Amino acid sequence: MTTQLHDAYSIPLEAIDVSDPQLYQDDAWYPYFERLRREAPVHYCRESRYGPYWSVCKYKDIMQVEVNHGIYSSELGGIAVEDPPKGLERESFIRMDPPKHDEQRKVVGPIVAPPNLAEMEATIRERTIRVLEGLPRNETFDWVERVSIELTTMMLATLFDYPWEDRRRLTYWSDVAICNVRAPESPVHSEQEKFDELKKMAERMAELYNERAKQPPKFDLLSMLAHGRATQNMPLREFMGNLTLLIVGGNDTTRNSMTGGLYALSQHPHEYQKLRDNPALVASLVPEIIRYVTPVIHMRRTATHDAELGGQHIRAGDKVVMWYVSGNRDPDAIDDPDNFIIDRPRPRQHLSFGFGIHRCVGNRLAELQLRILWEELLPRHPVIEVLAAPRRTYSNFIHGMRSMPVRIPMQ
Amino acid sequence: MGMPKVTYIEYNGTTHFVEVAVGLSVMRGAVNNNVPGIDADCGGECACATCHVYVDPAWLDKTGTPVPGSQEASMLSFAAEAEFNSRLSCQIAMREELDGLVVRMPQGQH
Repeated sequence: MTTQLHDAYSIPLEAIDVSDPQLYQDDAWYPYFERLRREAPVHYCRESRYGPYWSVCKYKDIMQVEVNHGIYSSELGGIAVEDPPKGLERESFIRMDPPKHDEQRKVVGPIVAPPNLAEMEATIRERTIRVLEGLPRNETFDWVERVSIELTTMMLATLFDYPWEDRRRLTYWSDVAICNVRAPESPVHSEQEKFDELKKMAERMAELYNERAKQPPKFDLLSMLAHGRATQNMPLREFMGNLTLLIVGGNDTTRNSMTGGLYALSQHPHEYQKLRDNPALVASLVPEIIRYVTPVIHMRRTATHDAELGGQHIRAGDKVVMWYVSGNRDPDAIDDPDNFIIDRPRPRQHLSFGFGIHRCVGNRLAELQLRILWEELLPRHPVIEVLAAPRRTYSNFIHGMRSMPVRIPMQ
Repeated sequence: MGMPKVTYIEYNGTTHFVEVAVGLSVMRGAVNNNVPGIDADCGGECACATCHVYVDPAWLDKTGTPVPGSQEASMLSFAAEAEFNSRLSCQIAMREELDGLVVRMPQGQH
């Protein structure tokens, strides 16, 4: 599995392959994209484990791909540089083009829209406080396990109205869904095994879905899917795909922002102190965390027609990868992008949620969870010592952090 | 004659009178003057729906409504609580004849 990493500036330009998951596990991707943005912002990699692909590295070129969904399809080849496993594909609306994408997305949109978020805020706050007040003092513990996973799992259980005591199953299925089966630490080790576990998830969810189909509509995702015209009677694969999408979308990205945000602050003590001195900065801290962490590394499209992009000729059928990690570090779009600055003037202008019709539907819920976490953390635990860098996930898709040891000193 | 003015009304009723230069978008008029309630995450590319406003119905003839099938119509179709008078304010360019325009903001941008 381990790949020999070369110096980003000494290897031939055409040999650069930023799809190697090792780059992200080792947090070693920065210089490769820095070079690509300068020398080949739309770059063709002829040979990789995933076949040939284009890398789109600049903010404005990524935006162009995002808004031209007629040319750059999510349906033809899926949304990851790695093609969906043959015979084990799982359809979902993130992997569809209009009109079906639009119909299915509209079914689930309202649960994460502002009126419902206002309803949920008090519950999220109360749970967050309980988790934070239960943290040990003067003792090393894993921030990912005790805070990030715990809070996002509770949120997922609420969104699905999933049996509370079994809620860690949701986390497990999310981890199964995103894992790279080649990584030793992964919970499953083949695509077939992954499919089988997600099928179990779908079977359990189908029981709840069927119960809710018989009851009057209520405001949880399973009930909404069961009563939504566009999502009734989905075939098993599509049911699996859409549930996986909602579980991963509602979980992983926020989990990693909860970890990555604390890590970023610990690496920038001056910013951390600025935040303690002025907690109102949480409002701009939250989008800055989401930019800086970039919880989704890339999204992939497939060209339906020949097209020009950043001076390159893309041919119909080509694989086109938008590297959000790179667009979020593009100095032509974001001032001083490698620095973590919690009071940036335009902090919301980042690519982490994507843009266009596939823009993250849960973006405001994610921000709400992070805002509450930091609002409640600062008065209770103003100092949290990060004792080591996070252990990262072997993935070129989800920018994951698996554990991070921390200690809260005695007050 | 001075610059044309736009009235922005927040969800909580707070009203802002702002001069917006001809050619600037109604979104930019809010953002440049720190009017809360318009997020404009994409910066005016018509690539999100976080500058959603309700145009006062009396002004709809002048602002127009999104062209069916357009990028604006598509993005608005995913906005929370879209109505017949919904627009993305980045797509309304200021003109003299819009002097006095009134727009209201939704509960939250999404």
